[in-house]
Amino acid sequence: MAHLTPTPVLDPALDKTLVLNMGPQHPSTHGVLRLLLEIDGETIVRIMPDIGYLHTGIEKTCEAKFYQQVVPMTDRIDYLAPMTNNLAYVLAVEKLLGLEIPPRGQWLRVMLNELTRINSHLVWLGTHAMDIGAMTVFLYCFREREDVLRLFEMVSGQRMMTSYFRVGGVALDPPIGFFDKVRDFIDRFPANIDEYESLLTNNPIWIERTKGVAYLAPDDAIALGASGPTLRGSGVDIDLRRDTPYSGYENFQFKVPLSTAGDVYARYLVRVAELRESQKIVKQALDGIPEGPVKADAPHVVLPDREKMKTQMEALIYHFKIVTEGFTVPEGEVYCGIESPRGEMGYYIVSDGTAKPYRVHMRAPSFANLQVLGKMCEGRLIADVVAAIGSIDIILGDVDR
Amino acid sequence: MAWDSAVTGVEQLKDCAEVGCLLAWNAAAVTQAKLDRKELTLWIDRTRLREACLTLKNDPQLQYNFLSDVTCVDWYPNEPRFEVVYHLLSIPTKKRVRLKVRLAGDDASVDSLTPIWPGADFFEREVFDLFGVRFNQHPNLKRIMMPDNWEGHPLRKDYPVEGYR
Repeated sequence: MAHLTPTPVLDPALDKTLVLNMGPQHPSTHGVLRLLLEIDGETIVRIMPDIGYLHTGIEKTCEAKFYQQVVPMTDRIDYLAPMTNNLAYVLAVEKLLGLEIPPRGQWLRVMLNELTRINSHLVWLGTHAMDIGAMTVFLYCFREREDVLRLFEMVSGQRMMTSYFRVGGVALDPPIGFFDKVRDFIDRFPANIDEYESLLTNNPIWIERTKGVAYLAPDDAIALGASGPTLRGSGVDIDLRRDTPYSGYENFQFKVPLSTAGDVYARYLVRVAELRESQKIVKQALDGIPEGPVKADAPHVVLPDREKMKTQMEALIYHFKIVTEGFTVPEGEVYCGIESPRGEMGYYIVSDGTAKPYRVHMRAPSFANLQVLGKMCEGRLIADVVAAIGSIDIILGDVDR
Repeated sequence: MAWDSAVTGVEQLKDCAEVGCLLAWNAAAVTQAKLDRKELTLWIDRTRLREACLTLKNDPQLQYNFLSDVTCVDWYPNEPRFEVVYHLLSIPTKKRVRLKVRLAGDDASVDSLTPIWPGADFFEREVFDLFGVRFNQHPNLKRIMMPDNWEGHPLRKDYPVEGYR
């Protein structure tokens, strides 16, 4: 956050370039991103992202909370993909504890994660298209996003800050009728994707604004720490769901969309293809969801059912102890990286053997992805910056934490 | 799924490809090693960090070409106080390794990895901002999250959670 320092200029003596301030209230910066653009005419000479406007010190706050109390904090990092953040955190804690989650819990997590990906990509597609000037797509995308949010509300009681996952499983078995609603949505969703694509994929204006714009070479993308669709749009074949499976992703068949063009259009194609793959994964999860418990059998970590708590003394004691003292986690450290809609979402947790984490660090995909902006935009026109920001799909909550 | 107990010691872990590769390059660079919960951690001598990363990156079998994450842990009041933690990922082999560098509280500085991975830029600025660890030869070592006139480094353990009043 450098807004207290004077505006930097490359070479003031030359008096050739001009510094243009973009954001933090600019509508196409997707939140509070501030960019200092050093321009020569309409050409970008240098681009300096200025972040930190949304920094809330979540990592510090986590150190003062019990392990189970950190889950609601994780929702607020990447607020378009709450379930993915929840999953990354609980997987890391479960790895520390050595807990095994029953299959039904794992499948539910996969299903909800893919719905989250659909939700996040829909917001991205709508806003990205609107930034470039295609207003209609936004309305269509938010229509379907509303359906996904209703599903989230049904399963967790919240539309956005779901906090549905727990260390050791998920909060509750989904309510009756939930799976029918999911199936209903997922059956009509492919036709919706066709609808978006009919508005954009062959649209000459869209192609003109995106093809060949903001090129990112694969070597640069790797060196700059880009991940997710931003990396796959440059032709680097990595997807943590397939390559380092977690939470039972090895049981699902899906393709990893790739595009070698490395421009805005390529990243658009990759994400739209990911929407279709996510739809297939949700369908597989629905068809094959096993019966059984959704929580691990670990009374010292997992809260007991309400019914048991009211009838069994032991359950009541465990409930009281978990709520008042938390549960202790063995000493050690883990890093758990998963594939969020934006890239590699990683949690690094250090435990000192107490009920509160000694250190929680979030490796935020948007934070790393933001660094590619300079490579994409330098030497190009100002109008392309908007397309480039949209195409890396940053969430400022994720950048600043 | 209970974990096997952790294996510690460079000697015990020299069969690991990562340890073997670094030992073959410079036996003094790796000061300690640990394999815990299937995650390999290597402590690197702080003067040799950059060469160690290059060795891991250029080794034809390992190819650790992606810097996932840079962060830091404050062990206040113990000394050496800081541990800077690097997570490397190999995109060809999909393996991960964790490198650590121990730094004393009164001389918390280590070579920047930006010459190898330009993407280390933001991560190192974040560690500098929140922990006060300096990175030598970093191109733009300024605060990134907090305002420029902020006092203190919030993620240090001696910094109160509610801030100074």
